[in-house]
Amino acid sequence: MVPVDYYVVLSAILFTIGALGVLSRRNPLIIFMSIELMLNAANLAFVAFASVYETFSGQIFVFFVIAVAAAEVAVGLALIVEIFKTKKNINIDEMNSLKG
Amino acid sequence: MSSDLIVFLVLSLVAIATALGMLFSQNAVYSALFLVLNFVTVAIFYLLLGAPFIAMAQITVYAGAIMVLFLFVIMLLGAESLAPTNSLPWQKPMAILLSVILGVEAVYLLLNRAGSNLAVAAPDASLNSMDSLREMAMSLFNNFLLPFEVTSILLLVAMMGAIVLTRQEKEAK
Amino acid sequence: MHLSETVNTGFYFLAPGLVLAPVLGLLINAIFGKYFSEKVIGTVASLASGTAFVISALLAYSVAVNHGHAVSVPFAEWIHIGDLKLDWTFRVDSLSATMMLVVSGVGTLIHIYAIGYMHEDVRFKHEEGRFARFFIFLNLFIAAMMILVSGDSYLMLFVGWEGVGLCSFLLIGFWFEMDTLARPSWANSNAAKKAFITNRVGDFGFLIAGFLMFWHLGSFQFDEVFAAAPAIAESQPWVIVAITLFMLVGVAGKSAQIPLYIWLPDAMAGPTPVSALIHAATMVTAGVYLVTRSASIYTLVPQAQYIVAMVGAATALFAATIAVGQYDIKKVLAYSTISQLGFMVAAVGMGAYVAGMFHLITHAFFKALLFLSAGSVILGLERGHHALAHHPAHKKESDDSRRRRSQETLRQAQDNASQSKHGRHGGHDDHGEVFDPGDMRNMGGLRKTMPVTFWLYIIGTLALAGIFPFAGFWSKDEILLDAKLHFTSIYWQLTIAAFFTAFYMGRQIWMVFFGEARTDAAKSAQESPKVMTVPLMVLAVLSVAGGALNLPFEGFHTLGHWLSYTIGEVEGLPLNLQVAGISTALALLAIFISWLIYGRNPLKANQIDPLKKPLGFVFTGMENKWFVDEGYGVLILTPFKKLSQFLADVIDWRFWHDFVHDTVIAGTYNWLSEVALSRYADEKGIDTFFNSWGTFTQWLSGNVRRIQNGFVRSYALSVLLGVVLILGYLILK
Repeated sequence: MVPVDYYVVLSAILFTIGALGVLSRRNPLIIFMSIELMLNAANLAFVAFASVYETFSGQIFVFFVIAVAAAEVAVGLALIVEIFKTKKNINIDEMNSLKG
Repeated sequence: MSSDLIVFLVLSLVAIATALGMLFSQNAVYSALFLVLNFVTVAIFYLLLGAPFIAMAQITVYAGAIMVLFLFVIMLLGAESLAPTNSLPWQKPMAILLSVILGVEAVYLLLNRAGSNLAVAAPDASLNSMDSLREMAMSLFNNFLLPFEVTSILLLVAMMGAIVLTRQEKEAK
Repeated sequence: MHLSETVNTGFYFLAPGLVLAPVLGLLINAIFGKYFSEKVIGTVASLASGTAFVISALLAYSVAVNHGHAVSVPFAEWIHIGDLKLDWTFRVDSLSATMMLVVSGVGTLIHIYAIGYMHEDVRFKHEEGRFARFFIFLNLFIAAMMILVSGDSYLMLFVGWEGVGLCSFLLIGFWFEMDTLARPSWANSNAAKKAFITNRVGDFGFLIAGFLMFWHLGSFQFDEVFAAAPAIAESQPWVIVAITLFMLVGVAGKSAQIPLYIWLPDAMAGPTPVSALIHAATMVTAGVYLVTRSASIYTLVPQAQYIVAMVGAATALFAATIAVGQYDIKKVLAYSTISQLGFMVAAVGMGAYVAGMFHLITHAFFKALLFLSAGSVILGLERGHHALAHHPAHKKESDDSRRRRSQETLRQAQDNASQSKHGRHGGHDDHGEVFDPGDMRNMGGLRKTMPVTFWLYIIGTLALAGIFPFAGFWSKDEILLDAKLHFTSIYWQLTIAAFFTAFYMGRQIWMVFFGEARTDAAKSAQESPKVMTVPLMVLAVLSVAGGALNLPFEGFHTLGHWLSYTIGEVEGLPLNLQVAGISTALALLAIFISWLIYGRNPLKANQIDPLKKPLGFVFTGMENKWFVDEGYGVLILTPFKKLSQFLADVIDWRFWHDFVHDTVIAGTYNWLSEVALSRYADEKGIDTFFNSWGTFTQWLSGNVRRIQNGFVRSYALSVLLGVVLILGYLILK
C-alpha cells in the first residue's frame, strides 16, 4: 500500500518542474508542454485523492480537465502557427508589443 | 517494503526523469518525446490508483492526440531549437529560485493539510471491473450531465477556433 | 332583455373610425404626399372624410334601431390619477350622430370641391407644393371635429375644441406670407393669430367653466354632470349660473358671438373651402352644439338662458347690419355667418334646441353652398384676369422671378415691421394697383359667363333669405316662432335681422351677377370645372330639400323627435302663418328694395355705393364694421401695448435686468468668484492639492510602467511570485 503522501509529493515535484519549464524556456511549444505537465501533476493529485476517498468525483474532474486541455492545445497551437506565419519566428521574447 | 511501493518508486523516478528530460532538452522534438513517456507513466499511476478509464483517456488524448499534434507543429514550423538570445538575464535564476520555493511550499502544505496517514486504496478487483466504469458513467451522465454537455460545446468552439485561425485567407478580389 | 340585445347589435364598434379614418388619410398624405399627384392626394383625403361619413351614417342607423339609446364606446385610457378617471370614450346618441353626419357629409363635399379649387389656387399663388399640405390640414380638422362631437365628456369635447381651433389657425394662415390678394405681407398670418388669440379668450372661459364643473359636480362626463347638476342648482344656484356663463364665453369665442366675433371676418383670409367648411358650416357651430349638449344644465338657470339668447339676438342683428356695407364677397358671407350663428345661439338660449340644431344643419348646407359658389366666382374672375394678363403682352413673366421678387419684398416688409413700432407696412409702391377678385365692385354680369354658379348662388341666397320652400325658411321660421312665443324683444331683433339678411343677399346678387361687367376680368370670367360644381349641386339639392328634416306639421317634426332621445321631449310647434307670413313678406320686400337700389340701375365701374349718399354716416359705420376693431384697439390693444412696453422697458429691462441682474446678482457673484473663490480658495487651496496629486500620480506611473516590459515570461514570473507569496502566507498563518 502506497501512502497518498507519496503521490502528493510526486505531483508537487512534477508541477514544479512544469512551472520551471514555463518560466525558463523561450520556445512557446515547450512552454505549452510544460503547462500540460502541470495539468498532469494536478490530475495525478486528483486521482490519488479520489482513490483515497473512494469517490468518482475526482476522476470525473480529471476527465473534464483532459477535455479542456485538448481544447486549449487545439486553439493554442493554432495561435502559434498563426503567429509564426506573420512574424516568421516564435521566440516568445520577440512578442513584446504589450510593452508599456 | 511492499511490491507496490517498489513499483511506485521506480515509476516516479521515471516520471521525474522524463519531466526533467523534457525541461532540459535543447531539441523540442526530444522534449515532446520525453513528455510522451511522462504521460505514459502517469497513465500507469492512474491504473495503479484504480482509474482505468482515466488511464485510457490519458493515453489516447494526451499521449496520442495532443502530443502528436505537438510534434506536427514543431516539425511544421521547424521550431526544434531557437537561436540563443539574452533578453532577460535574471529570468532563469529567478525562475529556479521561485520554483524551488514553490515546490517546498507545496509539499509542505499538501503534507500538512491533506490528512496524511491515509493510504491509497488497492486496486481491487471490483474497482477494475466493468462495474466501476458503469458507476462512473452513471455519475457522469447524471450528476455531471450539464458540465459534460458544456464540455462538448467547448470542444466544438475550440475546433471552430482552430479552423478559423489557421484557415488560408483567399486572395481578396 | 330584448333591449339589451338590440343595444349590443349595431355598428357602435366602428365609432373610433370616425377619428382614425381622417388621421389615416392625413398620415398617408403626409408621408407619401410628395410622390402623389394632386388627384391621388385629393382622392385619399376625400376617401378618408367619406369613410367618416359612412361610419357616421352607420352609427346614426344604429341609434335609430336602438330607439335612441345613447351608447358609450370606450376607446382608450387617458388619465388615471387617484379617483379621477378620464378615458377617451365615444358617445353615440342622436345629437352626436347628427353632428357627425353634418360634419362628415358637408366635409366630404368640400374635400371634393377643394380638389378643383386648390388645383388653381396653388397655381395662381405659385406654390404648387402646398397642395398636399392643405388636404392634410383638412383631414386633421375632420378628425378634431369628430373628437369634438363624439366625445363622452367635456374634456374630450375640449380636446376637439382646441384641435379645431388649431386647424382653423393653420388654415387661415395657409397663405401665411401674403395677404388675400397674394401680395407679400403678413396680413394672413396676422388674421390667423387674431383668430387664435380671440379664441383663446373664449377657451379661457370654457376652461373656467370646466374647472367649476369639476370642483362642484365632480366629473367631466356628460351623464354624471347632468345627474349632479340639479342638486347643486338647488343648493348653490350661482355655481350653475357661473358655469353656464363662462361656457357662454367659450361659445362666443368659437361661434363668433358678440363680443368675440371679430376674428371671423378676418378668417376669410383662408382659402375659400376653409371658409366654407370651418368658418361657416362646422367649427363655428361647435358653440351651438356645446349649448345643446349642455341643455340639461342650461335649463336649470333661466337667467343664463336669457343672457345667451340676448347675446345671440344682438349678434344676429348687429352682424347683419355690417354685412350690408361690405364689398368683399366673402366678407358679406362672413358677417352673414355671424348673424346666422346669432340666430342659432338665440334659439338654443331660448331653449329651442331643436330649432337651433335644425338651423345649424340647414345653415351648414346653404352657407357652404354660398361660400363655395363665392369661391367659384372668385376663381372665375381670377381665371379671367390671368387670361387677360398672360394673353399677348406679358407672355410668361417667369414665375421664378416673380416669386423671388415677392419674397424679397416680404423680407423687406418684415424688416420694416420689426423696425417701425406699430408694425404696419403700408406702402408697396412697386406693386401699384392689384386686382382684387373678391371685390364685388370688380364683378357684374356674371350670370352670363358663369351660369352654373349663378343658379347655385341663387338657390343658396333664397335659402339664406328664408324664402318658401327652401331649407332656410323652415328653420328660421321655427326660431322666430319660438321667439315670438317666449321673448318678444328677441323676436323683433331676429325679424329685423332676417330683413337685413334678405337685403344684403339681394344686394350681393345684383352686384355680382346682374348688370354689366365692371372690369375686363369679369367680362372674361370662366365657369369652374365639374369637380367643383358637382359638390355644389349636391349642396344645392340639400339647401332646397333640407327643410324636410323637420316640417312643422303634425306627424312630421322628424328632427325634433330624433333629438328628443338625447335632449328630452320638446314641443313640436305647428306652422304659424302670421310669423311665416311676416318674415317672408319682409324678405321679399328686402329683395325688392335691393333691386330698386342695385338691380334697376346697375352699378357702373368706379361708382360709389348708391346707399352711401342717403344713409351717410350710418353706411360709413356699416362699411367700417361699426369701428369695433378700432374700438378694441383703443380699449384693449393700446393700453395692453403700453403696459407691455412699460413692463418690458422699465420693469424688465431697467429694473430687473439692469439693476437686479447686472448690478446686484452679477456684481456680487463676480466679486465672490473673482476675489474670494478664484484667487484664494481655488488657486491656493484646491489647485495646489490636486496638482500635487497629479504630480505624484505621474511620478508613480513613470516608475511603475517599467514593470510592464512586454515579456510574457516576465509576467509569468510575477504570477509565480504571487503564488509563492500566497502559499507562504498560508504556511506562516
